[in-house]
Amino acid sequence: MTFFYLAPWIVFFPVIGLLVNIIFGGRFSEKVIGMAASLASGLAFVVSVLLAYSLTQHPEAVRWTIGEWIHIGTLQLDWTFRVDTLSTTMMLVVSGVGTLIHIYAIGYMREDVRFKNDLKRFRRFFVFLNLFIAAMMILVGGDSYLMLFVGWEGVGLCSFLLIGFWYEMDTLGRPSWANSNAAKKAMIANRIGDFGFLIASFLMFWAFHSLQFDQVFQQAPAIAASNPGLITAITLFLLLGVTGKSAQIPLFVWLPDAMAGPTPVSALIHAATMVTAGVYLVTRSAALYVTVPAAQFIVAMVGALTALFAATIAVGQYDIKKVLAYSTISQLGFMVAGVGMGAFAAGMFHLITHAFFKGLLFLSAGSVILGMERGHHHLAHHSPLSPHPRPLSQGERGEGAREDAGHREEAFDPGDMRNMGGLRKTMPVTFWVYLTGALALAGVFPFAGFWSKDEILANAFSGGFSAVYWLLTIAAFFTAFYMGRQIWMVFFGKPRHEAAAKAEESPKVITIPLMVLAALSVVGGALNLPGVETLTKWLEHTVEFIEPGEFVMSVALTSTALALIAIFISWLLYGREPLKAGEADPLKKMFGPIFTGMERKWFVDEGYKALFIDRYVDITRFTADVIDWKFWHDWFHEKVIAGAYNWLSNVMLNRYADQRGIDAFFNGLGEWTKNAAAGLRRFQNGFVRSYALFVLIGVVAILGYLLLK
Amino acid sequence: MEFILQPLTLMTFFPLLGVLVLLFIPGDKKNALRWTALIASLITFLISIWVLTMFNASNPDLQLVAKYNWITVAGWNIQYYLGIDGLSILLVLLTTFLSPISILSTWTAVEERVKEFLLFFLLLEVGMTGVFLAQDLFLFYIFWEFTLVPMYFLIGIWGGPRRIYAALKFFLYTMAGSILMLLAILWLGIYQGTFSVPDLIAKGGIDPHTQLWLFIAFAAAFAIKVPMWPLHSWLPDAHVEAPTAGSVILAGVLLKMGTYGFLRFNLTLFPQAAVQAAPVIAVLAVIGIIYGAAVSYAQADIKKLVAYSSVSHLGFVMLGLFALNPQGIQGGILQMINHGLSTGALFLLVGMIYEQTHTREFKVYGGLWKVTPIFGTIFLIVSLSSMGLPGLNGFVGEFTILLGAFGSTVLNSPWYAGFAALGVIMAAVYILYMFQKMFMGPEGSIVEEVRKHGHALRDLNWREIVTIVPLLIFIFWIGLYPAPFFHLMAPSVDKLTAAFQAAALAMR
Repeated sequence: MTFFYLAPWIVFFPVIGLLVNIIFGGRFSEKVIGMAASLASGLAFVVSVLLAYSLTQHPEAVRWTIGEWIHIGTLQLDWTFRVDTLSTTMMLVVSGVGTLIHIYAIGYMREDVRFKNDLKRFRRFFVFLNLFIAAMMILVGGDSYLMLFVGWEGVGLCSFLLIGFWYEMDTLGRPSWANSNAAKKAMIANRIGDFGFLIASFLMFWAFHSLQFDQVFQQAPAIAASNPGLITAITLFLLLGVTGKSAQIPLFVWLPDAMAGPTPVSALIHAATMVTAGVYLVTRSAALYVTVPAAQFIVAMVGALTALFAATIAVGQYDIKKVLAYSTISQLGFMVAGVGMGAFAAGMFHLITHAFFKGLLFLSAGSVILGMERGHHHLAHHSPLSPHPRPLSQGERGEGAREDAGHREEAFDPGDMRNMGGLRKTMPVTFWVYLTGALALAGVFPFAGFWSKDEILANAFSGGFSAVYWLLTIAAFFTAFYMGRQIWMVFFGKPRHEAAAKAEESPKVITIPLMVLAALSVVGGALNLPGVETLTKWLEHTVEFIEPGEFVMSVALTSTALALIAIFISWLLYGREPLKAGEADPLKKMFGPIFTGMERKWFVDEGYKALFIDRYVDITRFTADVIDWKFWHDWFHEKVIAGAYNWLSNVMLNRYADQRGIDAFFNGLGEWTKNAAAGLRRFQNGFVRSYALFVLIGVVAILGYLLLK
Repeated sequence: MEFILQPLTLMTFFPLLGVLVLLFIPGDKKNALRWTALIASLITFLISIWVLTMFNASNPDLQLVAKYNWITVAGWNIQYYLGIDGLSILLVLLTTFLSPISILSTWTAVEERVKEFLLFFLLLEVGMTGVFLAQDLFLFYIFWEFTLVPMYFLIGIWGGPRRIYAALKFFLYTMAGSILMLLAILWLGIYQGTFSVPDLIAKGGIDPHTQLWLFIAFAAAFAIKVPMWPLHSWLPDAHVEAPTAGSVILAGVLLKMGTYGFLRFNLTLFPQAAVQAAPVIAVLAVIGIIYGAAVSYAQADIKKLVAYSSVSHLGFVMLGLFALNPQGIQGGILQMINHGLSTGALFLLVGMIYEQTHTREFKVYGGLWKVTPIFGTIFLIVSLSSMGLPGLNGFVGEFTILLGAFGSTVLNSPWYAGFAALGVIMAAVYILYMFQKMFMGPEGSIVEEVRKHGHALRDLNWREIVTIVPLLIFIFWIGLYPAPFFHLMAPSVDKLTAAFQAAALAMR
């Protein structure tokens, strides 16, 4: 029995969810709103499971068309869903992790909207979250590059909306443009990538006369044989899209700022699902990439360089979410490098395990931040808001707002690791799940990250990509180090701020999803164990070019050893002698300027601003103010054209018409114009009549000529 | 009676009945005047729906033709000749659709000389519909020039502080181009012996050199109207000074008269010249796209930003039309509609907030999403449509245009579309800037300013929602299911492109 006919419901369910909340949400309680949204996402997960089950019966791709889209000549695009092992894998990850995060968000947003004093925004959050699931499902479920693109930009929009969710403040809740700037930055950086995607799709259409996956892939070998440059161009323009969406060099800069969004958003969109869309895109386009090794090498190098570059920055961050953000960029680099090398199964494998453990880490970080906020709130009000927050009454809220504003002026940052310390005692559940996620990310045996990261490294090692291998191995070392640093700083030692001392554990609606993800982060490696290769065999049905990865013992031992060494060093620096309040980072004492470079993100943002953003602003200002307005509008039109015309009409009509008396009719009109012009010398008034006169003269003359000729 | 009951004639001139009724209503009965005009334009819209039901989408030729000899003097034969086909039907519907919406938008915005305002408005509708239906060049010219007069007064009487200047500039600029077109029309009438467009197409045979001159003469009129870079200087003045309803119609319909003119006359009458001129037009279009987007971003006035964005958007339309292949032309026609919907909606929305704040300076705005959530959400959707977000209407048009231009055999270079695609990034920059500065960030000073005058900034009321929702429906409809729209135009466009293949062959 197969359920392929259910395919469109992966989109319909979340859309129904968001419509229900838009239309009826005003009357719902927060719990109902959250449950409706979670249910919508959960049903999409159920459908994904049914589709996956159907594929076990019938592993070939099934296409399901629900309507015509754009049909012009040879351009034939439909709304068609594609159910195959690759798309279904993504659907399972998106809706599975997505549903857990929906549930977590019920708890998280309940507190977040209270800390920020806008209860109405609770509903909006879940509408956006459902919209994201719908767009992401279109992205992974589409059967053509253009339908993929609809989802691709759709998730970009959701990212914009959710990064800018608290659009009137900064991350510390002070009135500011910061959050909305971050949102705008994300969308524009993505649009630059989308430009690449668009050009790639144009090239593709005129080469293959189709944008539908099967038709493109069938012709790929033939076109690659006759015109390899074309395929190289297509794949590299697609890569530009990948660098935007999956935050690779050079377009990665938006992702760290994206942490302005509420933490569930960081987990779902900016770690587990949306940012992996680029990896999915390369895997989906495997048939194109394998025909052009040069492009593959470039993709792999972009990924590997990003992996290392971002890992070094993560070392120098103090914000708990910023560390994770750079870590995400780095891990995406691993995946991109993997699929770039043609290790599609390894890349997808890492995508899945990363969704588990990075989703987990972000959500746990959210729990930490809430715990800190509770502690801080506790200090401020001497009345615990949590673990069971009650709705504030009208009067209280107004007062709270003012008080909060007062407290925030001293800018307490609940996400700053320098304020934390010792949280393992106050938030034990969060500590244990965080530790699980960190070990998985660091690649410690036998956690999920170990297996997937190792498969990428092994592929690089044995596939002859030695540069990629070394870059990734060093990045892996840094990964273990910065995670160690984070664990020691957050959970060990003594609290460096009173808020950390008063921090409280989160309620069950938050911790249960964390436990589920923690379990997945432990056992996720079983998906594609060496020798068993479940995932590889599953994807084989769709991606023909998958070769079973091999397990290289020396690679595994090297990376494990490096990870343990890195954790040990982090203990030496941050664990043995915990940081004290106000004390500088030990690395800063040791490496000075290098650490400052890491801390300041190697000044990439500053460089982009000086090189591109400010220049763009200058150019547009100059074009608008000087060229368009002063020169073209004011000088050329008003002075040259209007001025010349006024002069001409006065001179011509007065001299010739009056003095020589060509025609009484013209005489009269000339006189009239002259008077008009004399009386109303301003441009507005003299102009139109004399102009109309010229028109009349011209038309009469020409008509006369034509008729009498 | 037979004459007036023909569907196209009836549709074109029905607003005159409204004018007639308006004349008998005293000027101080403002609501009666408004309802009369609204109903007249709504009935006109219903007539256009009736026309749509009679329209046979699979027939590429002119339909529902109304044809009479009109002026027959000295061997001249000027006809009253109306007809509709796939090139014009959507534009006619856009006109009849936007007119009642614009009238609804004036409900509280226009309080002075209501009668005259509505009178001019209905007259304008007659002219615009006529422009899209006329198949006789002389008749076309009359309708074309006729639209100038009501628009001149709409800007000049109900406009902003510099309205006289803007109205004159609009009038003269357009006239200047039209004169050249008139000459070309006269040339055709005399040397080809007819003003009828189908007859002229059938006759053909104008040598390429002459074609080029005639092409340029027609293009002069249309390029100013579009406006194509660098002839856009009248547009910001006209838009900034025009009342909201004027801006909606100006952006929504009047500019389309220019692009439609290219499509209907330049492409069909002078196919060889069109092939020759295509690269030049495409270059101007691409410059317009980039230039318009760059200049938009640097504006301090919301309405001016939207006005300059039209230069960019219509650059896309022109690029599509002169790709001279089915994707480009169909995309171009659809993009005319899209621009009418999304820019029309943007002007409506800007007008709605202006009515309350009396300022359009970005710097006083900010954080409005929290104050006026419905307004903010609708503004967001329309903005996204304008920047071409997939799933909304703008994307379908832009994508097909760029795709067509990229592979156009006439343009024969991917660079046009490549540079034009930069406009997609730049559109995101100025649109998001606009949305951010108005709706995100801390509360702008205007909120407090309005509060000081005794009443807080309010969200959209029911009338305003009714005004804007029809546009939103089409924004989603065209984005998700554009098939019916493409089906309406496809046969006529195919016929047109077939003629181009013939022309291109003839030139070899």
